[in-house]
Amino acid sequence: MLWELLYRLLGRNSSNPRIDAKERLRLVLVHDRASISPYLMNRLKEELIQAISKYMVIDEDGMEVCLDQDDQEVALIASIPIKMIKRDYMDNIHIRESS
Amino acid sequence: MGETIVVTSGKGGVGKTTTTANLGTALAFAGYKVVMIDTDIGLRNLDVVLGLENRIVYDIVDVTHGNCRLKQALIKDKRFSSLFLLPAAQTKDKTAISPLEMEDLCDDLKEDYDYILIDCPAGIERGFHNAIAGADKAIVVTTPEVSAVRDADRIIGLLESADLRDPKLIINRIRPRMVKDGNMMDIEDIVDILAVELIGVVPEDEKIIISTSKGEPAVMDAVSKAGEAYRRIAQRIRGEEVPLMNLEVSNPIMETLRRLIGMR
Ligand SMILES: Nc1ncnc2c1ncn2[C@@H]1O[C@H](COP(=O)(O)OP(=O)(O)OP(=O)(O)O)[C@@H](O)[C@H]1O
Ligand SMILES: [Mg+2]
Repeated sequence: MLWELLYRLLGRNSSNPRIDAKERLRLVLVHDRASISPYLMNRLKEELIQAISKYMVIDEDGMEVCLDQDDQEVALIASIPIKMIKRDYMDNIHIRESS
Repeated sequence: MGETIVVTSGKGGVGKTTTTANLGTALAFAGYKVVMIDTDIGLRNLDVVLGLENRIVYDIVDVTHGNCRLKQALIKDKRFSSLFLLPAAQTKDKTAISPLEMEDLCDDLKEDYDYILIDCPAGIERGFHNAIAGADKAIVVTTPEVSAVRDADRIIGLLESADLRDPKLIINRIRPRMVKDGNMMDIEDIVDILAVELIGVVPEDEKIIISTSKGEPAVMDAVSKAGEAYRRIAQRIRGEEVPLMNLEVSNPIMETLRRLIGMR
């Protein structure tokens, strides 16, 4: 009891409200910023499509990009149905050269 | 040609009016011609903080509706002859004035004054859009609490989409003791998260409350810590480089105690 009091007086706390506050703030802002700006999520989606299309044919209509949150973290979840994967020409060249 | 600066926050009660009154007074003290506009229509406040509530004849809505000339509605400060207040209307609502009218008003004032400080109402509705309409720059005020910083983030986004880029941040009501004990977010934490430029930190200070009771901004009080912080912010607005106030707490007895039992 006395020790606990002394610990508190001296600024030692098992859970640190400062760190808790910063962490909660960070998480809530990830969500706020994403939900406030559908523009941002749409642009990300467009650019994802562009990047992935170099390697595979995807079903753009069936594509889903969203944020998923639990107490600890926010994650970007993307579900992207693939229709076809392109042939990897580079790798073929590589095999021919080495043989 | 003057400069229009809007003081805004999102969350209510974090210190916009206090900031406007103190910065206006500090800038006038430095010799500039300053007008402060209270845009909190229906919840007029700035007049009381400045001790000018008994001198109001006309208000901002009288000006935009043409009931009086702009010069007639400006109230001269008690202390500084180059400091003026354009009070909010108390009996109207926020729709009594439009963003376009605000722009025209600010343009007129910029002809004659060096700084036009706009005290923005809380929230993100019409009052906010009116307040920012004529602004060249923005100051965002927050306290070190999660909810206030969250709202500040939203406001920064809205300012940016209204083309008011690079707003400057004031963190108000910092309590150095609580920060030191890890009970409150630090300046660094907040600047880190909001990623905007800090223009000042103002400590929690009873003198602010005393000064509001007297109707005399804390910058006029030579020993007030918050007053000192606001004087420095005013210098930064004028383009000077001044260090942040030292808000370190040191308590010699506690320091010794800590060291004695090895809790460093
Ligand atoms: N640094 C400070 N130290 C102590 N008290 C403060 C400080 N800053 C502001 N206050 C007090 O906090 C209260 C709210 O301040 P103020 O009216 O300036 O906030 P505001 O953002 O203008 O509020 P509103 O959103 O209602 O317009 C006032 O009572 C004021 O005296
Ligand atoms: Mg106010």
